[in-house]
Amino acid sequence: MTEPTPTAKLAAQGILARARWHPLEFVFWIAAFSAIWLLPNKHLILTEIAWLALFALSLDLILGYAGILSLGHAAFFGVGSYAAALLAKHGIITEPVLALVAAGLIAAVVGFATSFLMLRGADLTRLMVSLGVALVLRELANKFSDLTGGADGLQGVTMEPILGRFRFDMFGHNGFAYCLIVLFVLFLAARRLMASPFGLALLSVKGNPLRARAIGINVDARLVTIYTIAAFYAGVAGGLLAQTTAFSSLDVFSFDRSADLLLVLIIGGTGYLYGGLIGAVIFKVMQDYLAVLTPQYWPFWIGLVLVVLVMVGRDRMLRWTEPVRTLANRLDWRAKGQGQAS
Amino acid sequence: MLTILFDGIAYGMLLFVLACGLSVTLGLMNLVNLAHGAFAMAGGYVLVILVNNLGVPFWVSIICAFFVSAAIGFVMEKAFYVHVYRKPHLDQVLFTIGLVFMSVAAADFAMGSSQVFARIPQALQGQIHVFGIGMGRYRLLIIAICGALALGLQYVLVYTRFGSRLRAAVDDQRVARGLGINVGNIFALTFAFGSGLAGLGGALGTEILGLDPTFPLKYMIYFLIVVTVGGTSSITGPFLASLLLGIADVAGKYYVPKLGAFVIYTIMIVVLIWRPQGLFARAANK
Repeated sequence: MTEPTPTAKLAAQGILARARWHPLEFVFWIAAFSAIWLLPNKHLILTEIAWLALFALSLDLILGYAGILSLGHAAFFGVGSYAAALLAKHGIITEPVLALVAAGLIAAVVGFATSFLMLRGADLTRLMVSLGVALVLRELANKFSDLTGGADGLQGVTMEPILGRFRFDMFGHNGFAYCLIVLFVLFLAARRLMASPFGLALLSVKGNPLRARAIGINVDARLVTIYTIAAFYAGVAGGLLAQTTAFSSLDVFSFDRSADLLLVLIIGGTGYLYGGLIGAVIFKVMQDYLAVLTPQYWPFWIGLVLVVLVMVGRDRMLRWTEPVRTLANRLDWRAKGQGQAS
Repeated sequence: MLTILFDGIAYGMLLFVLACGLSVTLGLMNLVNLAHGAFAMAGGYVLVILVNNLGVPFWVSIICAFFVSAAIGFVMEKAFYVHVYRKPHLDQVLFTIGLVFMSVAAADFAMGSSQVFARIPQALQGQIHVFGIGMGRYRLLIIAICGALALGLQYVLVYTRFGSRLRAAVDDQRVARGLGINVGNIFALTFAFGSGLAGLGGALGTEILGLDPTFPLKYMIYFLIVVTVGGTSSITGPFLASLLLGIADVAGKYYVPKLGAFVIYTIMIVVLIWRPQGLFARAANK
């Protein structure tokens, strides 16, 4: 075995540094879990935030790390949602956690099948194809109304207790804890994955596919893999929605959902995994507030936020996070000399 | 059978007028503009307000719809769109989706959420029969107007100085700039004109497509199909694509109503996979 060269050592250190936990991350997750006890009467909206965060995380995997622009990510969300609801309704897999995994896997299969469609063409083609896939699935769900309930939605779903012990209560206490734990576990997995050489290879593909190919990265294989994984995540998010509400409707495939999701992710920022999570919190709180203010016209304000975000510039809008980050870096004894590594 | 073909052609022609502006803006500035339908909707509402509320004659209103939408397009281009040309596609998508949401909510606020119809003049209602084919007069009018527009556009693009500048700018923007062509100005004009055409299409289409605040969302996919299938390098591509789409949609809804829009989306995906540059485009070099 040969001694690694200095460059190789540096690279290895860089990879390790990426995998290291930042103090702010501990703060974030402690805050998230303390909401179980601190905000007991907000659990219904917190549940929504949790699955939305997971959904946004899934988009971040393909947009922030692989640079695939998708306007049809709701496709996998919808597949997962219907899968979870149908599994429970027909008593195929009654235990929610297993059913959730199954829903995710079904979505992943759909993701794998459609990922090959996403390999060709430029941004616009991908955009159209992803949008088309979501629309086709929506039409399918609409047409097979015997199975899916069509436009009325899938009703009469009863969820068994989680792990046979924790019942979904009407205040959403157990539902929220369940969603948060699922989110946390999948987040850990995503974090680990993105700090691995696989994640770095993906970033290089995003940066320049041609060069990535030239240094021996199998671009297509990476894209297929990450697309499938992201579909799994989205499917699980959809499954969580179906399980916590015991309902699934055509709305899960809608274009608005994909578009809102982009906004969620963009508010939080792409490419560092927390963007979707933070975005989900901001988005839901904003939506809640605006919906009370102007029930019918809140899309206007959502649109306005998007326009302003782009006009002002996304990077400039997100600069507010910088003081927090520098402060955290100063607190972090390990981050010395690394600067803005996070 | 022939009536379906006829309706399909009318529908396709309408789609062409609605979408051709989008195809030029996409080809010229590589701008992904999802908000194109908003300009069409503006045209439709202008027609409805003028005809129903103010009693302006139908013909005048249609021309007004064109100019109002064009004016909105021009202002929007100068004020906002200019800033997003150089940004990544993600920003363009976000920006234009934002515009769509705003326009939907604004139309809802101003006009109410229900579907509205314009009163079309007596002379345009009803059918005439030629060789046993029943043809709606209104659809005949649409075919006439849109056909004339398509011919006119083709003429402008191929035979005028502006047209050759435009084609040069679409082919290679940098070289065109180097030759002293003011690409920014050309683009502003084209954008305004394209928006105007969208407004005209929206106005003509209130009868066929229906007009409600969700119009930009509902037809966005259709416009995008026309543009992506037709390619962006000519007028004929989108024209043929719109005709195909129109006929396929009408025929699909008539013969296999159960499948609904399924046919269209599937065809689109297949075409995009088969030829990502569009069905009628030569291989792009950008």
